[in-house]
Formats: sequence, C-alpha cells, structure tokens
Amino acid sequence: MADHAHGGDYDAATGKTTTGHSWDGISELNTPLPRWWLYTLYGCIVWAIIYWVLFPAWPWFGGATKGLLGWNSRTVVARELDELRASRSAMNDKLAAASLQQIEATPELLAFARAEGAAAFAQNCSPCHGAGAQGSRGYPNLNADRWLWGGTLDQIHTTITHGARWTADPDTHAGVMPSFGRDGLLNKEEISTIADYVRTLSGNAPDAGADLAKGKQLFIDNCSPCHGEDGKGNVDVGAANLTTQVWLYGPTKADIMHRIEVGGGGVMPAWKGRLDESTIKALTVFVHTLGGGK
Amino acid sequence: MSATNQAPTPKRSLWDYHAIFEKNSIILVLGILVAISIGGLVEIVPLFFLKATIEKVDGVRPKTPLELAGFDIYVREGCYLCHSQQVRALRDEVERYGHYSLAAESMYDHPFQWGSKRNGPDLARIGGKYSDDWHRDHLRHPQAVVPASIMPRYGFLEETPLDGAHIADNMKTLALVGVPYTQDMIDKAQEDLSAQGSPDSPGVADLQARYPKASAHEFGADKRPLTEADAVIAYLQQLGTQIDFKIYDNKANIR
Ligand code: HEC
Ligand code: HEC
Ligand code: HEC
Repeated sequence: MADHAHGGDYDAATGKTTTGHSWDGISELNTPLPRWWLYTLYGCIVWAIIYWVLFPAWPWFGGATKGLLGWNSRTVVARELDELRASRSAMNDKLAAASLQQIEATPELLAFARAEGAAAFAQNCSPCHGAGAQGSRGYPNLNADRWLWGGTLDQIHTTITHGARWTADPDTHAGVMPSFGRDGLLNKEEISTIADYVRTLSGNAPDAGADLAKGKQLFIDNCSPCHGEDGKGNVDVGAANLTTQVWLYGPTKADIMHRIEVGGGGVMPAWKGRLDESTIKALTVFVHTLGGGK
Repeated sequence: MSATNQAPTPKRSLWDYHAIFEKNSIILVLGILVAISIGGLVEIVPLFFLKATIEKVDGVRPKTPLELAGFDIYVREGCYLCHSQQVRALRDEVERYGHYSLAAESMYDHPFQWGSKRNGPDLARIGGKYSDDWHRDHLRHPQAVVPASIMPRYGFLEETPLDGAHIADNMKTLALVGVPYTQDMIDKAQEDLSAQGSPDSPGVADLQARYPKASAHEFGADKRPLTEADAVIAYLQQLGTQIDFKIYDNKANIR
C-alpha cells in the first residue's frame, strides 16, 4: 500500500514516489496494486455481504442466520427428489397399479420395468449375484431355469421382498439343511456313499465301485423329506434341485460331501423397506425375463 | 499523483497505519493470528453451544462393545481412506444410498468417519444391505464376489482372534468425552461382547436391553473365539440402521 507517512521522495524519472526505504542509497518505488486487482477484491467483499444477507451464513447462539431467500440444502434436496419422483410417476404409478403378469404382457411397461430393474440390479444385487446375474459359489445364478425358491413371477417377488433366512424379516424364507456330518447324523462313509448317488441324479459319474443302491436308500431315508425322492428339490423349503447341471456350491464329490457335512443355507437380504414396491416389481420382472423365468 | 517536481504533501490516510504490519514481521504474524481467530471463533464456537447443531433423533445409541471393537479395526486398517460415511444432501446421493446422513448418526464416533475419499462406495447406509456371509467373502477376497473391485484383501482379519481385553477401558475413555456409556454397560462389556456373537446365548436379551435394536450374529462365539472380521462385520451391519426413517420427521429438522 502507499506509504506517504514516512515521507517517500518524489522520483522524477518515473513520476512516482518511493517508499522511503533506502539501502545503500538505492530506494524502492512505491508501486500500488493494480486497480483491477483491488476492484476484484472489493467486489468479493461486496459479494460476501450480499451472500450473508441472502443465504444461511453466520452461526449464532440461537441457530445460524437463515438468509432472506430461505434457501436450505435439505429443502432443496427434498424438492429435487419430489421432482424426480414426479417425473417418473406416470410410469411408476402404472407399474404399481399393474399386476406382475400385466407388466410382462404390456410391451411399454415391460421395457420400462426391465430398464429400471437393470439399474436397480446393478446397484443392489450385482455384488452378490454378479453383474450379469450369473452368480458365484453360494450366490445363485438367476439366468438359469433352476430355482431354490421358485421361478414364477410371484415366487420371485416374494423372495426379493422378504429375502431368504433374513432374520430381521418375519416373512422371510426359512429352513436350512441339517449339518449331517458335523452333528453326527451320518458318518464319513455314509456321506461318501450318498454323495456318489447324488452325483448320478444329475447324470454325473460316481466314483468307481460306488454302492449306488445303498446310496439311494440313505438318500431316501435322510434327504427325500426336503429334496424329494427323485431329488428334484422343493421350493417351499428352498431345497435345491439336485438333478440339473446348475449348482449353488459346485458339482464335485467334494463339494457335495462338504454340503452334507455342514448343511446350512444361504442368506439373501429382504428388500422391502430399502427399495420401494415399484422398484421391487421392476426387479422381479427383470429377473423373470433374464431367461430362467417360469 | 501530480506531475510537478514537488513531492506531494504527505497526508495521513487510513492505509498509512497499515505500514506497521508491512514493515514488522512479528506484528504481521500477530495480526494474521488475530484475523484468523476471529474467523475461527465466530464460525466454530457457536457450534459447540448450539442445540441445533446435532438434531434430536430417536434411536441413536452408543456402539456395543463388539461394534466398537469393529470400529477401531476399521480405523486401524484405514478403510476410511477409500470409503466415506456421509450421504450428502444431494439428489443423486440420496437416490443411490438412501436418506442423507444426520449429524446425530455420527455423534458417538471418535474419530468421525465422514471422510471425502470415495475409491469405494459410501458406507453410511451399508448396514443390512448384504448378509454377514457376503461381508466375510468380500473381506477375504473382494474380487471373488465383485470381479472388478480394487479393494485389498483383508482375509487376515478372520484369522486374527479379537483382542477384547481392553474394550471396557476403551468405553470408559469414550464416556469421558461424552459418549453415554453407563457404568452397567462398562461392567458388562465382556458379556455383551460375546453375546453379540451367538444369537442363542442367554446374554442376548441383556445386550438388547442395554443397546436397543442391537442384532446378534451367527458367529458361533459359543464355539470359537471371536475374530477381528466378526467385529468389523458387526460394526458394518449396524451402520446407518439406528434411525427409523419411516417415522423420522424431515420437516422438523429443516435448518
Ligand atoms: C448379500 C448377498 C445378496 C444380495 C445383495 C442379493 N441377493 Fe439374491 N440371493 C442371495 C443368496 C445367497 C440367495 C440364495 C438363497 C438360498 O441359498 O436359499 C439369493 C437368492 C435370490 C433369488 C432366488 C433364487 C432362486 O433360485 O430361487 C432371487 C430371485 C434373488 N436372490 C434376487 C435378488 C435381487 C433382485 C437382488 C437385489 C435387489 C438380490 N437378490 C440381492 C444373495 C443376495
Ligand atoms: C431340512 C431339509 C433338507 C434336508 C433333510 C436335506 N437338505 Fe440338502 N438342501 C436343503 C436346502 C434348503 C438347500 C439349499 C441350501 C442353500 O440354499 O444354501 C440344500 C442344498 C443341498 C445341496 C447343494 C446343492 C447345490 O446347488 O450346490 C446338496 C448337494 C444337498 N442339499 C444334498 C443333500 C443331501 C445329500 C441330503 C441328505 C443327506 C440333504 N441334502 C438333506 C435342505 C435339505
Ligand atoms: C483401496 C481402496 C479400498 C480400501 C482400503 C477398502 N475398500 Fe472397501 N471397497 C473398495 C471398492 C473399490 C469397493 C467397490 C467394489 C467392491 O464391492 O468390492 C469397495 C466396497 C466395499 C463394500 C461394499 C460396499 C457396497 O455398497 O457395495 C464394503 C462393505 C467395504 N468395501 C468395506 C471395506 C472395509 C471394512 C475396509 C477396511 C477393512 C475397506 N472396505 C477398505 C475400496 C476399498
């Protein structure tokens, strides 16, 4: 800033004053800040004052100043969400009103439901079921025509809504496979014999010399209450169909023996509450039309 | 400036007093300190006294001993370097993650985990989104469940027994800085720690009386020692679940 106080000398060569500092006879010109810079600074100060008046600004003991415009990030987001919902509501209302079967029968609704379902699937389901719904060990492949809890629209809808073995939801699918080995219900040899037989149900080869007749008997005694005598499973208790090439935990004899050893069942979260009903419907239609739907 | 040969008569303007700051570095530093503390005092101090800073919400409780142990491991492992825990009040975030975070939800976190780094998704509402099994699979080997993931493997967590010996001391310290742990909670820390790891144990009812809505997990704490992974999973599974947003009144907390 200008420094007249200390009596800067006038410098005739430049027509400016000096700061008054002098080092070994060399003095310094007093060059003020460029005007444009100063005016920008003043402009910012004015802007800040206007901002304080219009927008929430100063915290004070009874709460922050509210600002004349009444602007508030929480009101804004609430309004934006309302607008978003309103922009989708025409289609969403139709989804909510239509039955799952009607949605699939109406091309316009079907296209919308599949698009919305695909987006919701990527965000919520793909970490478990895979980006292409192909599944992985312990997480079922949803493209396949092999269902633990049933592949009709209504069955899929129930599974997504209430999950499987999701204890926080009282209506969740329940029922686990007993731990035959760990709880001593079957010994190692019996488990091996049954596993050989189970492999034949899906057309896989048993170990050489396997006693399939004994395996079948053990299967009927121990496993058929859930998996059925033919091994085709039971969607009421989530017992897997053992006669297909699609496996939740794997087709090898070791995989099957391990399953008989430990039993149990996979856990799928309930989505009611986290996702709204029209999104769940869209997901149902999306999953149903992946290829395996019944 | 006049263009005469005469130096202009010095007149003392306001700016001239400023020369004091420009010419004495110590005074300049003191001046800067005063200016900055005014900004700090005016902006920050009222927040400490303001009732309105943290909204009153039902349901937020201190973390159970197991969740607290998980929180400490989360901080130790630097999960916050890739994950934030704050859903901002922006449309796209609320659409993706759920209700925006409230100050009350992190009021018992020391240190808070809001963060700003999002190499991975925000975790403020992760509780209840996945199963315990999934978290275990994912911590052990993220790429096994999410092939494109860049998250590192934390398999060692499930091989490291949880050291819960100091959990009561930890709670005592937090009580000093305002987390409402009661003497009863501190005395029963060990019981609560193991009860939360086995849903069938008799201690679960007591645990839930002390920590409403705390969920016990099928970790088999009655059969094997709890591991660090168990603690982290218990911690993750309660994140963002304490407030029931179905009954929470947004309008009452517009500010
Ligand atoms: C935490 C991991 C996880 C997430 C996230 C998840 N699922 Fe699942 N899901 C599973 C598991 C595990 C099963 C198998 C349950 C069982 O073993 O009985 C399953 C089963 C299913 C089934 C039944 C399959 C059958 O064979 O009957 C459907 C349908 C399904 N999930 C759809 C979804 C949809 C849609 C979403 C997203 C909204 C989703 N899942 C999110 C883990 C998950
Ligand atoms: C109480 C009912 C019940 C009984 C009894 C039962 N299971 Fe199961 N089983 C299930 C359920 C439920 C599942 C699905 C597990 C899951 O979803 O994680 C299953 C899954 C399996 C699987 C895994 C299928 C796959 O896709 O990987 C095999 C193999 C199996 N059972 C074999 C048997 C055999 C062999 C027996 C008899 C020793 C048996 N089960 C008895 C309910 C039962
Ligand atoms: C190098 C960065 C990085 C670190 C460190 C990291 N994560 Fe992740 N995390 C990710 C990324 C990227 C994803 C998304 C892909 C995935 O699901 O694996 C993710 C996903 C997750 C998810 C699933 C989120 C969702 O909504 O699907 C959880 C839970 C999680 N991380 C927990 C943790 C925990 C607990 C730690 C510390 C022990 C941790 N992360 C450390 C990068 C990281």
